[in-house]
Amino acid sequence: MQGLVPTATDGNMATEFHNLQELRHSASLANKVFIQRDYTEGTTCKFQTKFPSELESRIERTLFEDTVKTLNNYYAEAEKIGGQSYLEGCLACATAYLIFLCMETRYEKVLKKIAKYIQEQNEKIYAPRGLLITDPIERGMRVIEISIYEDRGSSGSSSGSSSVSGSTAR
Amino acid sequence: MHLGVSESMRECEYSQISTRSSTPMETPYKKKTSKKRKWEIFPGRNKFYCGGRIMMAKQTGVFYLTLVLILVTCGLFFTFDCPFLALQLTPVIPVIGGVLFLFVLGTLLRTSFSDPGVLPRATPDEAADLERQIDVANGSTGYRPPPRTKEVVINGQTVKLKYCFTCKIFRPPRASHCSLCDNCVDRFDHHCPWVGNCVGKRNYRFFYMFILSLSFLTIFIFAFVITHIILRSHRNGFLNALKDSPASVLEVVVCFFSVWSIVGLSGFHTYLISSNQTTNEDIKGSWSSKRGKDNYNPYSHGNIFTNCCAALCGPLPPSLIDRRGFVQSDTPQLAPPTNGITMYGATQSQQSHMVSDTETERLPPHPSSSSRAASQ
Repeated sequence: MQGLVPTATDGNMATEFHNLQELRHSASLANKVFIQRDYTEGTTCKFQTKFPSELESRIERTLFEDTVKTLNNYYAEAEKIGGQSYLEGCLACATAYLIFLCMETRYEKVLKKIAKYIQEQNEKIYAPRGLLITDPIERGMRVIEISIYEDRGSSGSSSGSSSVSGSTAR
Repeated sequence: MHLGVSESMRECEYSQISTRSSTPMETPYKKKTSKKRKWEIFPGRNKFYCGGRIMMAKQTGVFYLTLVLILVTCGLFFTFDCPFLALQLTPVIPVIGGVLFLFVLGTLLRTSFSDPGVLPRATPDEAADLERQIDVANGSTGYRPPPRTKEVVINGQTVKLKYCFTCKIFRPPRASHCSLCDNCVDRFDHHCPWVGNCVGKRNYRFFYMFILSLSFLTIFIFAFVITHIILRSHRNGFLNALKDSPASVLEVVVCFFSVWSIVGLSGFHTYLISSNQTTNEDIKGSWSSKRGKDNYNPYSHGNIFTNCCAALCGPLPPSLIDRRGFVQSDTPQLAPPTNGITMYGATQSQQSHMVSDTETERLPPHPSSSSRAASQ
């Protein structure tokens, strides 16, 4: 399956392997890794930056840590207690919380930014390595679920080599 | 060609993944045969109305009683006492009463109808992953395993996180499982039958505003009904005053008995907010100094003002249970071991390649790429 000998069809697969389209047609779900929450600073949303062993062969440690740290920063921004959140809270109370019917809370705005960031990370970094991040909001903000795909297609591409080497490592 | 045939065969089995939705492998081929919304298959004991927009506990009888009491008392006040008071004293009285009444009603409905902060149950993969970790930690399964807990140090205090057998998650700190609603609720305060819902992270401020404004409203009505009776008795005598305005008697009785409990409750919750504790924690004495000299509340911000501001004016977290979303019947899961794919990381190296029945005939059990290349 990990054909190191590239054939004609492999060439096509290789060039498109960056693309998530190819990941769809050739990959199957092999494993899921769950990054748990870090509660050491209280109940604010923060994820552990410990690098899971299952991803060692798939992605560079720094890239992974960057992703998690950026996500943690986004959540900290959403939950920040400061001038703007007080203003929002007081205004909402003064209008008997009816203002929430027409206005989006700051938290919701940041969640949209997070969703965009995760999509961008998936497209640029994770999918080419046969990985996919699930937005924590879909898992109750408990875990960052990273799905690991096993490449069944005989892609011998150089950028897909991380998955190839990952497979051979197994 | 050998490879081409195998590819086309495999294509039919695979599901697609799309980055648009963050749940991987959404198949556009398969039509969504059931257009069910997530609230319809919600596992907890909750009632939903208005297409999932309104969420309440199962027992709502007492909530209707609360509503009736408030509406009837205020209705009587505005109908029988306000005209007299507006004429004799000032028309500002019914205006203030009206504003208070609307605020009370608004906060009550907001408390009762919103999601208190329910934590969704674990997906099967998540639950299996946790089970595996617990088994590894526990060692042999020859005896009955001890209760599952995880210890974490928060701001210097050791907190035990308990495993919830119903929801199959380790409860975050301050979360608790409500047995009436059968849900784990984040920052669980208590289950209030008067509002017909749990009080948790997302609706605590509404609950507090409700009891605070209700205290003011009760005292307001009580004070002005008494004033009304007194003013009337100056004119016509006490008994005549009561005969002229019988509704006032009912109002006084209701307000008198409510004021003690509601004002008391408001005071208690003001104390809880200023010390950043939940009712649950206070009752159990989790952060009481009686437990030990070094026992303190790790969640408190230090001063009363910050605690109050954080609880009442802090950011409102979103609902984690997507009530109005559609059920995706084809969310991919890791297949159980009988199908080939296993989730056990330790033995992944060997077993991850035993991926499917059709694969085994082509793929050797050992991940040997050279033999594969050779077979071509």
